[in-house]
Amino acid sequence: MTNKNLISIKNLCSHYEIEFSFVDALNKIGLIQIEIIEQNHFIHQDQIGDFEKMIRLHTELNVNLEGIDVVFNLLEKEKELRNELNTLKNRLRLYEND
Amino acid sequence: MTFIDYYKILGVGKTATEKEIKNAYRKLARKYHPDLNPDNKEAEKKFKEINEANEVLSNSENRKKYDQYGKDWQHAEEFEKAKQQQQSQHQYSQQGFSSEDFSEQDFSDYFESMFGRTGTYSRQRSKTKFKGQDFNAELHLNLKDIYEAHQQIITVNNNKIRLTIPAGVENNQIIKIQGKGGKGVNGGPNGDLYIKFIINNNTQFKRDGNNLYANIDLDLYTSILGGEINIDTFKGKAKLKIKPGTQNETKVRLKGKGFPIYKQEGKFGDLIITYHLKIPTNLSAKEKELFKELQKLR
Repeated sequence: MTNKNLISIKNLCSHYEIEFSFVDALNKIGLIQIEIIEQNHFIHQDQIGDFEKMIRLHTELNVNLEGIDVVFNLLEKEKELRNELNTLKNRLRLYEND
Repeated sequence: MTFIDYYKILGVGKTATEKEIKNAYRKLARKYHPDLNPDNKEAEKKFKEINEANEVLSNSENRKKYDQYGKDWQHAEEFEKAKQQQQSQHQYSQQGFSSEDFSEQDFSDYFESMFGRTGTYSRQRSKTKFKGQDFNAELHLNLKDIYEAHQQIITVNNNKIRLTIPAGVENNQIIKIQGKGGKGVNGGPNGDLYIKFIINNNTQFKRDGNNLYANIDLDLYTSILGGEINIDTFKGKAKLKIKPGTQNETKVRLKGKGFPIYKQEGKFGDLIITYHLKIPTNLSAKEKELFKELQKLR
């Protein structure tokens, strides 16, 4: 993991106008992973999409941290089920129109 | 353009209080929010509707105007003109969009006729910088098109995007192209483009993941005595040895003759051949006689 793929939490807090405590709480609950380099806090850019989603759930829908955790777990399960459904649908095509 | 009943959308009565409207909006938003309903166009549409309803009913000025002119939306334009004239005298200072995370496409024509294209309402939203809207697109390809990786230029929202389509992509698979979605709001990053591949299979082969399946007719004599046959694989012809006494529905696996494995260059699945024994019909008298002789020998 190179530093260029890391985004400073300080900048993010300023960009999204959120408190550091919110980001720290997301980290503590395991929803995001904070990297600490020379006492500066960073987040990997691959996590930005999910991070924004967490902000939206919190600010737009008033979902608390535990709720966000539940939502993300369920979304992950839903994604797995959708993938499985897709695989099964594709497999079903093997037996259709025979 | 038809009248939209915002009260009905939020499921509240015309006398609903601000709190009741807010609660109804939050309840529906939690149900239909796009983050909670990925790839669900119906939910996305519903979410836009409830947002629009909330934009109007949660703002006392807009609500008053809607209640007054709602069904006669054509008169709202006159109302709007008069209001704009009034505002211009007071150096209208509101900056562009007050709706940060919704584009103008997110509002109905009806809404625009009542409240203007960019929204003359003022909403008390935080100035959060948001990532732009994610775009979804479908790309229809034939199975043959994805046997090898290739580049294709696609047009999404009038923007030409050069896309490398990897070999072995699955039917209904979705890939993300970062930053090719809608423009970020308030300086936020651009949204992403999600492309769903719809693979049309018009070949003789059936596909299951990386494996291909084909049925091959086998004549009675080759089945009994064995021999060699030429078959079509996805990439060309192949010669197959048939063992004497090959049974109907026998399966043969041709390693590496299947479909390319997604993002694993040079690796392929298998081709599974199923032999279908063809019993001769319309036998001549001579053939029948010979078969009877054979039967006696058994």
